[in-house]
Amino acid sequence: MLFQPAIIALLMAAGVAVLMLLAAAPFAVQVIRHWDIASGSERQLALERRTYLFSTLLSFVMLVQLAALLLFVFNADRLSVMFVGAMCAVGTLNVNDYGFPSLIAQMAIFFLAAMWLAINHVDTQARDYPLVRIKYGLLLLLLPLLAGSFWLEFQYFSGLKANVITSCCGSLFSGEAKTIAAEASGLEPLPAIWLFYGAMIAAIGVALWHWRRGGRTSGYLLALASAGAFIAAITGVLSFISLYIYEHPHHHCPFCILKPEYDYLGYWLYVPLFVATAAGLGAGAVQPFAGVPSLAKIIPFISRRFSGLTVAGYILFTALATGFVLTSNLILIEH
Amino acid sequence: MRIWLEKQRHLIDFTLASLARRKTKNIGLLLAYTLLVFVLASLTLFTQALRTEATFVLAGSPEVILQRMVAGRHDLIPPGYLDKIGRIRGVQKTEGRLWGYYYDPVVKANYTFMARPAEEIADGHIMVGNALARERGLALHNTISFRSYAGKLFSFEVSGVLSPDSELLSADLVLLSENDFRKFFEYPAGHYTDIALSVANPQEVRTVAAKLSSALPDSRPILREEVLRTYQSVFDWREGIVLTVLAGAILAFAILAWEKASGLSAEEKREIGILKAIGWETGDVIRMKTWEGLLISLTAFLLGFIAAYVHVFHFGAAVFEPVLKGWSVLYPKFTLVPAVDGLQIATLFFFTVFPYTAAVLVPIWRAAITDPDAVMR
Repeated sequence: MLFQPAIIALLMAAGVAVLMLLAAAPFAVQVIRHWDIASGSERQLALERRTYLFSTLLSFVMLVQLAALLLFVFNADRLSVMFVGAMCAVGTLNVNDYGFPSLIAQMAIFFLAAMWLAINHVDTQARDYPLVRIKYGLLLLLLPLLAGSFWLEFQYFSGLKANVITSCCGSLFSGEAKTIAAEASGLEPLPAIWLFYGAMIAAIGVALWHWRRGGRTSGYLLALASAGAFIAAITGVLSFISLYIYEHPHHHCPFCILKPEYDYLGYWLYVPLFVATAAGLGAGAVQPFAGVPSLAKIIPFISRRFSGLTVAGYILFTALATGFVLTSNLILIEH
Repeated sequence: MRIWLEKQRHLIDFTLASLARRKTKNIGLLLAYTLLVFVLASLTLFTQALRTEATFVLAGSPEVILQRMVAGRHDLIPPGYLDKIGRIRGVQKTEGRLWGYYYDPVVKANYTFMARPAEEIADGHIMVGNALARERGLALHNTISFRSYAGKLFSFEVSGVLSPDSELLSADLVLLSENDFRKFFEYPAGHYTDIALSVANPQEVRTVAAKLSSALPDSRPILREEVLRTYQSVFDWREGIVLTVLAGAILAFAILAWEKASGLSAEEKREIGILKAIGWETGDVIRMKTWEGLLISLTAFLLGFIAAYVHVFHFGAAVFEPVLKGWSVLYPKFTLVPAVDGLQIATLFFFTVFPYTAAVLVPIWRAAITDPDAVMR
């Protein structure tokens, strides 16, 4: 276990988040069982008051999750000096088997949290809180995921052992040392470029369609296209965008672009990408409830706003990525 | 969007006015908050600066140092050992080094004696580090005598005092010629203390070290990156220890914030009651209170951080120095290079704003659900 401030902060944040959700769980069960907006009983009044507390609490937990994801990657990158053979976050995450699962779990929670927040947002806009039961039901589903992520994170951090000088001199050169075996090997550049631009154009197109016209089908499609675009974007970063940024034909790392040596270009790429994907998924997540009478006006309005955000985010991401590729000195594909 | 912004602006306006109405209570909280940020920020800034300093210092040291081991202890490099290394691809320079420690009973401290080639220092002359010169009151062309371990007295003329800029490295350093060094310590001819190797390409360092340990199984290569890593984890560890000690303070602060936020005065309760009576919703009150927390947090964070910056880089972190810096008789004086790091700020934010926000959520909600008729009666 590394006694490192950022690690303590991350574990504290994740632990408090799990505790808060645990505290909210009995209340969620109560809401699911007894919620009745038409009733004027004392219990209903108490429940209504408590929903304020718990939606504030949960928004807080979700926001902390988003910040924690950034801090997690930032910290992994910084810790790389502590491990033999690690040059950036990949090395740090590869130190034990829990690194990448933990990162992926946190990313999944990021997107699920964004979807939950979208549902929460439309629900609080309506006068009769039509989605309260669904919201708290989803919350109960989210709790084990959050707890699992906390467990993974704890396993990962407690398994981190720095190769300091005391342990190295004897054992370092005897073959025990770990190397980065898993240098992410991407696709061939040309198909990757087709895939990347195809998925991006599709996602932007669907988002524009939903923005102009609205409608449930395009909403669902938007969520699907965003998920696809996210995967295509990450594949694109792995297989050619990072190569152009590093100007090196074999360096596929998606984390090194976050480093100061490359002017923190990665943040410019990842922040719009994550925001756009979260907004697209959120737009899809609220569609099942478009039929609820009190939400009939609210949902199309809000989901179109989300799709506007998706359009802006993906256009920014694609434009930046294209810019990096065009200004690079690397020639990956000969004409 | 514009309506939303306008609404937030008015909320902030109102919040500021209401904060100003209860000056003493809020200033008390702000002070405690600022103090907490100050302590934690001083800690992180100071360790970060020490870490940067270590990196700077080690940047000039050789990539690999080779020591010979006998029965697991550091031993002298015998003659012919340098030739056995021969030529290893990637190694630019191999150099046998001569150095040792000398205990000076006058100041009760250990000096590091190091031999330099004849073209740098003539026989009978020495160059001394700044801290040593200060302690012994030495100046240029003074003569100083040391009694060697064999009991003989040697006199040297000081031909230079090393620049104070290098004090972190040279505080206790005495440079002398190779002949003097061998005579003073009665060092066996042809032997060296250890071997320094310069490797140009950082990626080759580990391969070079592997070759060294297979060619010379009785040797121990020490890599610069390992030393650096050890420093990093030592400082991380010290920082973590102090942070754990301070965890009590963070908890106490969270309790204080909870207390302050939940102990609403009758006047405040009436204020919220009136707001709700004139049409504010519970959500609006929560929003106002959130702004209140945010404003206090950001002010305290900014003030505390600036105070910590001044404390660390202008006053040498007087509060934390004994714990974090380490100790020695001839301690080098050095000024820290100001360095602020994004990760540190983010971590600090997690340690201060996060507990505060978590602690005030429930009290905020309690205040927001107040019924107008209950408090205005």
